[in-house]
Amino acid sequence: MSELFSKKNKEAFLNPLGSNNPVTVQVLGICSALAVTAQLEPAIVMGISVTVIVAMANVIISLLRKTIPNRIRIIVQLVVVASLVTIVSEILKAFAYDVSVQLSVYIGLIITNCILMGRLEAFAMQNGPWESLLDGIGNGLGYAKILVIVAFFRELLGSGTLFGFNILNYDAVNNAGYINNGLMLMPPMALIIVACIIWWQRAHNKDLQEK
Amino acid sequence: MENLLSLFVRSIFVDNMIFAFFLGMCSYLAVSKTVKTAIGLGIAVTFVLVVTLPVNYLLQTKVLDVEGILGIDLTFLSFILFIAVIAGIVQLVEMVVEKYAPALYSQLGIFLPLIAVNCAIMGASLFMQQRIGLDATDPKAITGIGSAFVYALGSGIGWLVAIVALAAVREKMAYSNVPAPLRGLGITFIVVGLMAMSFMCFSGLKL
Repeated sequence: MSELFSKKNKEAFLNPLGSNNPVTVQVLGICSALAVTAQLEPAIVMGISVTVIVAMANVIISLLRKTIPNRIRIIVQLVVVASLVTIVSEILKAFAYDVSVQLSVYIGLIITNCILMGRLEAFAMQNGPWESLLDGIGNGLGYAKILVIVAFFRELLGSGTLFGFNILNYDAVNNAGYINNGLMLMPPMALIIVACIIWWQRAHNKDLQEK
Repeated sequence: MENLLSLFVRSIFVDNMIFAFFLGMCSYLAVSKTVKTAIGLGIAVTFVLVVTLPVNYLLQTKVLDVEGILGIDLTFLSFILFIAVIAGIVQLVEMVVEKYAPALYSQLGIFLPLIAVNCAIMGASLFMQQRIGLDATDPKAITGIGSAFVYALGSGIGWLVAIVALAAVREKMAYSNVPAPLRGLGITFIVVGLMAMSFMCFSGLKL
């Protein structure tokens, strides 16, 4: 049992949540992180979907890693990921149709999400299934964390709601001079919020700064 | 003809792959350090888009759709088929270019494998899938293989414009004094954000 949670495995799980975050440090999976974060609900659904898919793809590839010929490994990885994404997309269509319409093409784009290919290439091809599972969940959650932070600020400041519930849209607030900033809902502000997160993180962790 | 022209201009400026949908961000940020490599990657992306999108259009309408040759609704298979087509064509293009245009290969070669997993290529196919169902009078509708081709060309050129513009800004930025925590990635995000804001002025364009 102690071997299952050794120091190395803990690192594989915890590093992506902090100092080796897939979005802000490894610069992977930016496309969807920016596009689905105008509201909290789709951002959380996207985060969970990516976590499940990364974890499962990591396990499958790590089980198959000794039988995959090196030259066609990219195609094998893509097929495994594409099958998993198809399953998730059909499940979302069946049980959460509204969210799946909001996410539109970005669910399909999980296939080309660089986090998946990056983790499969860099981790699952060299490590056993249990380590790969932890690594996959860690990276998925690290990605989801950034999504939730960005979506929180965009929804609160952009439409004055959280999960669709009214927070700031009251007469008293509006009469005091506060109005929602519509620009927050536009694509450019997502980029600038991610830049602020990177700024904050690198100001606190000098090792990550670039020269 | 007018429709095609309108679709072309829209897909470059209004529905720009980078500034409106953030597609292909990973390679966009990674390969935009110098203008020369940015042009190389931009041309490679445009080329692969123009080749793969019409193929995927035919696959979607003639095979996967209920009205296709098989007569069954297979659209749930589109993810796997689209990515297989893209990966296969990228491999094929790489081999053909290597054999017949070695000079071009030495410039594009390193980028081609990257492109198979570029979201812009897959994203364009998925947007095309959504736009097939639109009414023919809608300027966004893709009604035939001609408009699929025009949409691919426009999206590719839009991506090329975006990456060359960012690379030019980053080359100049080497001379400026950026706060240490923002250096590199952080300031690039802010620059892209500001560029996206300026591109928003095209969204009022009526074509």
